[in-house]
Amino acid sequence: MQKESKAHLLRALAKNVRYDGRKALEYRPVTVEYGISESAEGSARVRIGGTEVMAGVKLETNTPYPDTPDQGNLMVNAELMALSNPAFEPGPPGEQATEIARVVDRAVRESKSIDVHKLVIKPGEKVWAVNIDICTINDEGGLQDAACLAALAALKNTRLPKLNENDDVDYDAEKTKEGLPLSKQPVEVTVIKVGEHFFVDALSEEEKSIEARLTVAVTEKGTVCALQKGGALPLSVEDIDKMIDIAQKLAPTLRKAL
Amino acid sequence: MSYTKRFDGRGFEELRPMSAKVGIIPRADGSAMFKTGKTTALAAVYGPRDLHPKFMQNPETGILRIFYNMMPFSGHGERVRPGGGRRSKEISMVIQNAILPVLDLKDYPNAVVDVFVELPQTDAGTRCAAITAAAMALADAGLEMKDLVCAVAAGRVEDKIVIDLNYYEDSHEDGADLPVAVLPNSGKVTLLQMDGDMTKEQIKECITKAKEACKKIYEVQKAALKERFVKR
Repeated sequence: MQKESKAHLLRALAKNVRYDGRKALEYRPVTVEYGISESAEGSARVRIGGTEVMAGVKLETNTPYPDTPDQGNLMVNAELMALSNPAFEPGPPGEQATEIARVVDRAVRESKSIDVHKLVIKPGEKVWAVNIDICTINDEGGLQDAACLAALAALKNTRLPKLNENDDVDYDAEKTKEGLPLSKQPVEVTVIKVGEHFFVDALSEEEKSIEARLTVAVTEKGTVCALQKGGALPLSVEDIDKMIDIAQKLAPTLRKAL
Repeated sequence: MSYTKRFDGRGFEELRPMSAKVGIIPRADGSAMFKTGKTTALAAVYGPRDLHPKFMQNPETGILRIFYNMMPFSGHGERVRPGGGRRSKEISMVIQNAILPVLDLKDYPNAVVDVFVELPQTDAGTRCAAITAAAMALADAGLEMKDLVCAVAAGRVEDKIVIDLNYYEDSHEDGADLPVAVLPNSGKVTLLQMDGDMTKEQIKECITKAKEACKKIYEVQKAALKERFVKR
């Protein structure tokens, strides 16, 4: 079954056609909706074709980590929710969820998209903790890219809550108008290799045939701030060169949806 | 003390603005969204499908499993740690009991019907919104049902009986909260919980008023299901 489906995919890609009629290097329609959860300090819903992902930001005050007393805390978590795919089960995050969260974390952290030095309330004592949770609602493939875009959109949507006299969050008060110190907008493009072909934005059926993939986080300047190779097959240096090119070329189409 | 005006200005027996949509999660066998005020529940049904591990299977009938969960950013206040705790376990169980009476899973021995309910934003009344959404999702999945299930919380704030409490009413120190699930056609009650303190008369008044409010919820459910059916 898998073999047949892969042979079919290879034949289609040779003609530059996908299962849903797209070209190899074409995304499904991308939409971003902001403020989908009033409980969160920031939230967004991203749809890439039929795939739907929500992300929410919760802000708390916390003590800084001992090795970074002058920086706020940042945490990215992803839940592959059992409601979004018949193959997902309730329980602690598995490999796929952990990888998605960590790769998004690297894009946000390493691009220095949030200035963590500005998240300090009292140096060495109290800092903002930015908790980003990514939750899948409907999985029809391409979760990594959707997750990163959703996380970024939720960060953009975030408004700081008020602090009380002890510098703890007053969740009963209205949020302030102040946003997070965001300077860059890294988006992730996952480029997939099957046979000699490259394509992006895989559908669930196509994901089953992946030989190798490379997720590339690209800033608006075109620089690369995180990479993750996946899949069982190796890549040549030429492959990697081509894949980064593709990601750099397509990143603006994703960022445009923000 | 007298509660003369509700915090959000509603009438004492007035529900929050509701909306519902069926078929929101294409991967699922059935799905629905139900929103009341700022509480939103998303429900997805998978099954009847194989049940593992095998020792959980029942050769006499299929079983129903409910998984209630608040999304990590959905709480009033700090982040809700994922993974669920005692609260979500108990709520899942009472929701299961609230819904099971309308299902007949005898035709699906050894199988399971899984219902996952996720809440992206909450403002009290989450178990009731979860039940209301789950019932629509089960209907959307095409499972045979004897009735729908609607749920709402009634309660007391100071001297007044109120319907569909929001967070500030629910957490009011002089009050009580009584969630009720009702089968709209038979009028039977399938979920009943309470915390706070009330007299027996007040409890009866709560149940009567909750049943009355459920009629309005039932209309919203039916309209959403009809819309889905016509679109197809």
